[in-house]
Amino acid sequence: MKSLILQTATRYLFPLLVLYSVFLLVRGHHEPGGGFIGGLMAAAPIALCALAYDVDVARNLLPLRPIRLLALGLATAAGVSIGALFMGRPLLTGSWVELPMPGGGVLDLGTPLLFDLGIYLVVLGVVTQIIFSLATKSPLHWERDES
Amino acid sequence: MTHVDPQQAAEVALWLLSLGVGVAFARLIRGPSLPDRVVAFDMIGNLLVGGVLLLGISTHELYQLRVATVLALINFLGTVAFALYVQRRELP
Repeated sequence: MKSLILQTATRYLFPLLVLYSVFLLVRGHHEPGGGFIGGLMAAAPIALCALAYDVDVARNLLPLRPIRLLALGLATAAGVSIGALFMGRPLLTGSWVELPMPGGGVLDLGTPLLFDLGIYLVVLGVVTQIIFSLATKSPLHWERDES
Repeated sequence: MTHVDPQQAAEVALWLLSLGVGVAFARLIRGPSLPDRVVAFDMIGNLLVGGVLLLGISTHELYQLRVATVLALINFLGTVAFALYVQRRELP
């Protein structure tokens, strides 16, 4: 059952949802938001595509398999948090760089953003894996498909 | 023309929205068919978006705006999923 209205709406809503999830990820450290809620928001357009088109279409949207996204995110978060140990500081210490921006502002960049990016990828991987498993008949369908 | 305090107006509107949520919840429980319940669920979500915005007005917090945006976007998704399952159930 393909709904033309839903498919057209998906085409317009998709960039909006992805943009909003990135927005939530970037502003997360100082204000409400962050990696977890950003990852959940990023999974929403994938779910919308799986509903409007097909599960295979939604799968092809992701650059990697969900389980690999999860592993990549976990490695990023762990690497960033362990990286503070090599700089002689306690685990999970954040280090910040202040970049002057054109126009007089200052851009605060820090390792917490990378940590949040890792959480973002983990949540995105978990939720999309759950969606794909629920949408297809067998939970191992994805594994057999690829290997 | 009398001056209306925005805080008081937001409070009155919040009470009215709460009444709306109560009525929609009654439909969610009683609703004879599944589509009735889905519509009631959608209505509760939309009323909650309005409630969060009114809360933002009464507390002067800007971040409530983002909460309302996320709620509106996700609420739409839930209704779509429900509609597809209702359609799939009635197909055969």
